[in-house]
Amino acid sequence: MKKIVQGTAFVFGNNIDTDQIYPGKFVELTEIADIKKHAMSGSEIPDLVDKFKPGDIIVGGKNFGCGSSREHAAITLKGIGTSAILAESFARIFFRNAINLGLPAITCKGIHALINSGDQISINFTSGEIKNLNTGKIAYAEPMNDYIMNILQSGGIKAMILKMQKEKKTLQTK
Amino acid sequence: MGMNMTEKILATHAGLKEVAAGQLVTCKLDMVLANDVTAPPSFKEFEKIGGPVFDNTKIVLVPDHFTPNKDIKSAGLSKAVRDFVNKHNIINYFEVGRGGIEHVILPEKGIVAPGMLTIGADSHTCTYGALGGFSTGVGTTDLAVALATGEAWFKVPEAIKVKLTGTKPAGITGKDVMLTLIDMIGVDGALYKTLEFSGEGVHSLSMDDRLTIANMAIEAGGKNGIFPVDEVTLAYIKNRVKKPYTIIESDADAKYCRTVTINLNELVPVVAFPHLPGNTKKVDEIGDIKIDQVVIGSCTNGRIEDMRIAAQILKGHTVHKDVRCIVIPGSQQVYKESIKKGYIDIFIDAGAAVSTPTCGPCLGAHMGILAAGERCVSTTNRNFRGRMGHVDSEVYLAGPQVAAASAILGKIAQPKDLQ
Repeated sequence: MKKIVQGTAFVFGNNIDTDQIYPGKFVELTEIADIKKHAMSGSEIPDLVDKFKPGDIIVGGKNFGCGSSREHAAITLKGIGTSAILAESFARIFFRNAINLGLPAITCKGIHALINSGDQISINFTSGEIKNLNTGKIAYAEPMNDYIMNILQSGGIKAMILKMQKEKKTLQTK
Repeated sequence: MGMNMTEKILATHAGLKEVAAGQLVTCKLDMVLANDVTAPPSFKEFEKIGGPVFDNTKIVLVPDHFTPNKDIKSAGLSKAVRDFVNKHNIINYFEVGRGGIEHVILPEKGIVAPGMLTIGADSHTCTYGALGGFSTGVGTTDLAVALATGEAWFKVPEAIKVKLTGTKPAGITGKDVMLTLIDMIGVDGALYKTLEFSGEGVHSLSMDDRLTIANMAIEAGGKNGIFPVDEVTLAYIKNRVKKPYTIIESDADAKYCRTVTINLNELVPVVAFPHLPGNTKKVDEIGDIKIDQVVIGSCTNGRIEDMRIAAQILKGHTVHKDVRCIVIPGSQQVYKESIKKGYIDIFIDAGAAVSTPTCGPCLGAHMGILAAGERCVSTTNRNFRGRMGHVDSEVYLAGPQVAAASAILGKIAQPKDLQ
């Protein structure tokens, strides 16, 4: 996991549900190469995949990722190379899925008002500083606990488990 | 400090005496569930972790979303599930024709019980809180880890106490209770939190009401919904649950971050307008909204009581000429009982289509997709934009009594409008 990422922001509203992120009609796909073609195709930016470059950043309002547990929603955003998702709050299953995949889902109160689509954003995962390079405005992410940071730094929970199996550790949180 | 039901169940399964909201714990799982959409991607991840499954008796696999297979791709998904079942000798596998919708059959067959900790790779896994257990939805990766280790990590949630007072009136369903609650607290009102139902009003709710309510905890953002175990629960699980179980009660001094009170006596039939389950309005106050389709079924309202309510209203009536009414019993058992009790005759005589159990239309997969501009009154759980088909179609969520009355009148209606 990189310490600092920088990319262009794509801003969405409140309650962006999993059917907007990844419409149900595509859930029969199982390969990342296929799944990533439909990212946000049910949303207000249906052609996101044509505009999005690896390293770019998704910004949401409240309750980002509400709805289904289908991991396709997190897989598709990871697939297009999202470096981080910033939101006022996340729906919990989406949050889990993103973290488990090693995709940083960062909660930051007030972030939605600070960023417009097209702004250049930098995120420092160590200090939690989020900077809008177009306006110079700064916000700070809610700190993440060590367990979640460990998953992200391992590149996802699967990689973390494989590493623990090698070291013969069990899945302990404390 | 006392603990609430959810804290006690998480503590027990984490091997701890006490837990508190915000704490991260790793828990042993009593049951792990997945379906034909979520299981196959996790198998690949599971193979990468390697090893046998943690316990072949504690895994449930149910092909229900795209089944009976709607096309070649979905047939491949179901086949992947079947292959995994055979390879790992999974005991609880429910083939098409022998089960139904996952969240209808797990309680029905006594696979889930009070005090159990269940995770499922389906967001409506929270249904089983109706029986006094902890259950919640997870994604594919969590599922893969659970299949291998039998464990999962949880943040102990804060709890909202939902105090139900009064008695549920006739003509009101669990769906009206839940849509009213989501309207009160919002679609993110219970984000990361537990909804713990309590109060004397609980006893007037049938088990099917409770299953509907707990099922939609996720629609308020909730991690789980949970009910106390009472005489209604015990009557339901008798002859179903064959293994020992533990009844968990919240302590009198348990901690809650918020208390919400609903007086059941005051409830009226409601409907959630597009495109959020919290856009709840009273059917009395909406005017004429013409509809094209009605769906009665799903993991939310596909149980025998839902079939009974719909049949009682449709009896002697005809589905409106401009409406397709699709009735989907949630399990083979519900289907069979509906035949025995004459409900299926009533549906067919009224001009409704009756389908084998499937999640189909709820997620816009098959069996009732909407065209642009079409409106559907549905007893399902989500009315997101494009959920049941075209992005310019609309879904209105309601209980079975509103759905049945709407099917007859061709507009959103309630049973009293038929008089």
